[in-house]
Parts: sequence; C-alpha cells; structure tokens
Amino acid sequence: MKILVCITHVPDTTSKIKFTDNNTQFDKTGVQFIIGPYDDYALARAVELKEQTGGTITVLNVGESETEPTLRKALAIGADEAIRVNAFPQDAAFVANQIARFAKDEAFDLILMGRESIDYNGGMVHGMVGELLGIPSVSPVMKLDVEGNTATISREIEGGKEFITVDLPFVAGCQEPIAEWKIPNMRGIMTARSKPLTAIDPVGSESKTEATKYELPPAKGAVKLVDTVEELVDLLKNEAKIL
Amino acid sequence: MSILVYIEKDQGRIKNSSLEAVSYAAALGGITGDNVQVVSLGESVEGESELLGKAGATGVVQVTDDRLNAGVIQAHAEVVSQVFDKVKAKTLVLAKSSLGDAVAARLAVKLEAGLVTNVVGLPDLTEGFVVRRSIFTGKAFVDTSIHTENKILAIKKNVQPVKTDGSPAPVEKVTIDLPSEAFSAKITGTEKATGEVLLPEADIVVSGGRGLNGPENWGLIEDLADAMGAAKGCSKPVSDLGWRPHHEHVGQTGVKVAPSLYLAVAISGAIQHLAGVNASRYMVVINKDPEAPFFKVADYGIVGDAFDVVPKLTEAIKALK
Repeated sequence: MKILVCITHVPDTTSKIKFTDNNTQFDKTGVQFIIGPYDDYALARAVELKEQTGGTITVLNVGESETEPTLRKALAIGADEAIRVNAFPQDAAFVANQIARFAKDEAFDLILMGRESIDYNGGMVHGMVGELLGIPSVSPVMKLDVEGNTATISREIEGGKEFITVDLPFVAGCQEPIAEWKIPNMRGIMTARSKPLTAIDPVGSESKTEATKYELPPAKGAVKLVDTVEELVDLLKNEAKIL
Repeated sequence: MSILVYIEKDQGRIKNSSLEAVSYAAALGGITGDNVQVVSLGESVEGESELLGKAGATGVVQVTDDRLNAGVIQAHAEVVSQVFDKVKAKTLVLAKSSLGDAVAARLAVKLEAGLVTNVVGLPDLTEGFVVRRSIFTGKAFVDTSIHTENKILAIKKNVQPVKTDGSPAPVEKVTIDLPSEAFSAKITGTEKATGEVLLPEADIVVSGGRGLNGPENWGLIEDLADAMGAAKGCSKPVSDLGWRPHHEHVGQTGVKVAPSLYLAVAISGAIQHLAGVNASRYMVVINKDPEAPFFKVADYGIVGDAFDVVPKLTEAIKALK
C-alpha cells in the first residue's frame, strides 16, 4: 500500500501564544515546534498499516526550511521518504492545492492527516484535497482498517460514532484513538538521517484568505472561591444569571 | 442576492447550533441587504418552516431524498453546491461541527470560495470582508480577510443568540439528481447515545476527572448533569482509561466546547484540557487540591472533596426547580 501522510509543523500544546510586529505575526521566540498531535496519530496508523500489508509511507509538509527537523522526526517514526513543499502555508486552500498537485500523479492508496492543525484549527485541508482529487474524504476518523481494496472506518459524530465502508483511494482526517503515538527509537533516528528528504517548489495557487491582525483574549479575573454550595448556586443564579 | 445556510438535524430536531447559524446569517443579511435561504436535507422535522423562520430565514429549500437523512459528506456537499447556485447565493453560513466541517471543506473547492472556520463575530465590511475567528484552540483570535466573491463561514457555538421573532419561512421542495459517486463512502451504522444532550450543543456541561477514582462513581456526574439539564464530559485520562467513551472527552485532542457554564469536578486543569473549554462563558471548579491549575482560570470555585460537595450541589439545584 502506498500511503501519503501530511503533517503540520506547529507550536507545542504547552506553548505560550504571543504575537509580534504590532500583532501581525506569531511570535516564535522560545517556542518548541512539533508534529501536529493529530497528524502524529495519522502517521502512527500509517506505520501500523505498513507493518501489516507492506508498502511505503511518504510524509509531506508545506512549509519553509525550518520544518525539516519535524519531517526528519516523521522519518524516524517510520516514514520512508519526506517531501517539503517549499512555501509558507498561507491558508487551507493553498496547502490543499499543494498536496493535491503532488498527490495527483503519485497514485496513493491512502492519504492521511490529522483532523485539524492545532494552530489554526481549521480542519479543512483533508476535505479540500478529497474534492480536488475527486475522491472521498472522511473526518474525524477514530478507527481505520484496510482489507484488500476496502477500508472500514469509525467516524466520530456528536454523541457517538458512525461506521463507514469506503473503497481506496480516499482521504482521512485522523484523531485518537486511531493508534498510539509512536516515539522514535535510536535505530529510527539513525536511519532517518539517510532517508530522502526532498524540497519541491510550490505550484502557483493564490490563497483565498489572509490573516491580518492577531489578538489575545482579555485576561481572566481572579477566581471567586466560596465555601458552600448555597453560595455557589447564588452566584450562578444572581451574578452569572445561568440557573 | 442570498445568504445560504446549511443546517443539521439530530433526533428529529434542528440542532441549536444550526439555528444560531440561521440567526447569524439574518444579522449579516441585515447589514448586506441579502435574504436568508436555508437548505434543509433529508426528512423534514415538525414545525421546520416556523422554527427556521423565527430564527431569521426568509425561505427554505427542502431537498427530500431518503439517502440524505444520514450525513453522507460528499452527497451533502453536492446538494448544497447546487442549491447555492440555484438561490444565487454568494455566502454560505453553517455551524462548525463534525459534519459541517467535512461538508464545508469540499464546498470551498466546488464554489471556489474563501472559507473561514471558528468564526466568532459578524464581519467588518468597511474594507473588504474581514471576519474574526478563534485560533490556537481558543488561546487567540485573528482577523481574517476573504478575497473571493464566494464565501463560506463556519460559526463557532454560542456566538450568535437564536432569534425568535421572525415569520414562518415558505418551503420550496426540490429534487436533485445525485451521481452514485456521491455515495461511495457508505454509512453502514451508527452508535449513539439517545435522549442525551449533545456535548458540543449543550448550554451547560458537567465534566469529571480522574479524581473521581473510577467509572463506578460517575453517578455523581450523571445526577448533577441531569439536575442541570447538562451534557456530560470528562478529561482525557478518564477517556484513555476507558471509564467514559471518547466522544465525552473534552480538551485539545477531544471535543471543544463553548457552553454558558462549564463545571469541572475533580479535574486538575492541564493546559490541554483548558484548551477545550476556554471559550466557555463561565467556568466552575470543584477540586480538593487548592493548587489545581484550573482555579487560576475559573470564575467560581469550591475547594472540597467532590464526593461531599457534588451531591449537595445536586440537591441545591433540584431545590431551585
């Protein structure tokens, strides 16, 4: 099976979010970047599927040279080759176009990625890639098994899950508990150094949206601690006016 | 021109988040002068025309096809795309949800539309079309300008109050030919809690953490949730340990909620958990550890043992009603 896993290069979940240049840029100072946690699930499932059926895993990121350590980590986890589309990921439409243009001639059986990136939280790239390639897209996927040419999927819906069967190829936006995150071992880290990592040029496609100004939410006031449930109910009723 | 709204139904009702989307479109139409058309797929629900009209719809396009009762992503996208052209819409509004996101993404390509998700307010039209959205899992906002003529806005929960003063919307029934490829991903079944308040839709959420010591103690959470008419949630460890199903997991990698009230019981408040709840209007924490990080972001708190405090709170809430 030939699998494409698309990954994002995003700030660690514990990062302090701040902005610079008059709130027009994300401030990367002191921020640790990681493979998007949802993408990490997608990659882990791809490695498991490869173990079961054989095949290859290509990992792709749309980003500038700073994302290469993140791609190397994906190689250490188990991808066979890495592609970096050398461009700033302007918006979901731009990224989806890059992925679709790359995937178009490669005949992947499966295109996996996280359900959303944890920076912009759009959750749109997988569906866009599916539509651009004219193949089904399913998200958020919690379970994915492949038997021959057919996949069985559990997709999370509000209040439960939905079971889907779909023929390959298709695109899936993944989330837990599709697989356990894989931590690269020493052998993986060593072999990752010699695996191919290729930077390719973006194809001309304009973004459709543009981030103009960032803002942090207003600071929270101090918590009001109370001793009894009666005081709490009173606050909820008369101050918050919720009950 | 029109603004088209894609709505979702659940257990024979229009989802409240979809009604919010209709009212958002009505407010937007109030600025742009556009009328608000709703595309309603599959089986209609009782009083649909009245309910959608009250929320701000000027018309409903009803696409009746039993195959659309389920949320088949590609088929829904195809139908909405055709109706979008039919009603001469330039903007599509929908509620952000598991299905809505999946459908909107495909539509953005079909309609060559600029798409913004997690929208938290009405657009500013003074210079182009600039709309604010939530990013970094609720830890920041960004104003985003859309360059394209066609636009798609996926609205975050609890952004727009539901209007109730509109008049019933006339319903036009339409049939649409769908290619069989639109159903190539087949839904073979669902497993779903019935009669429960859906977590992302809920106005009040009561969540429990590992401090409750085991699934056998979840009666505490259930009783309080029932008394408050709330949805039940849990922290990631609780779902990882299998005490509660994954669809109840609230947090960075689980469900993100934005209720009026989030009540956390015996949850310490790890940063990944807070990322899923920080859009709540009010947060209440009950925890025996006064150093729990959740107290730093909560509005109200009680330092105390959940096994002692929660039953008392449940009784106090019941006594109110």
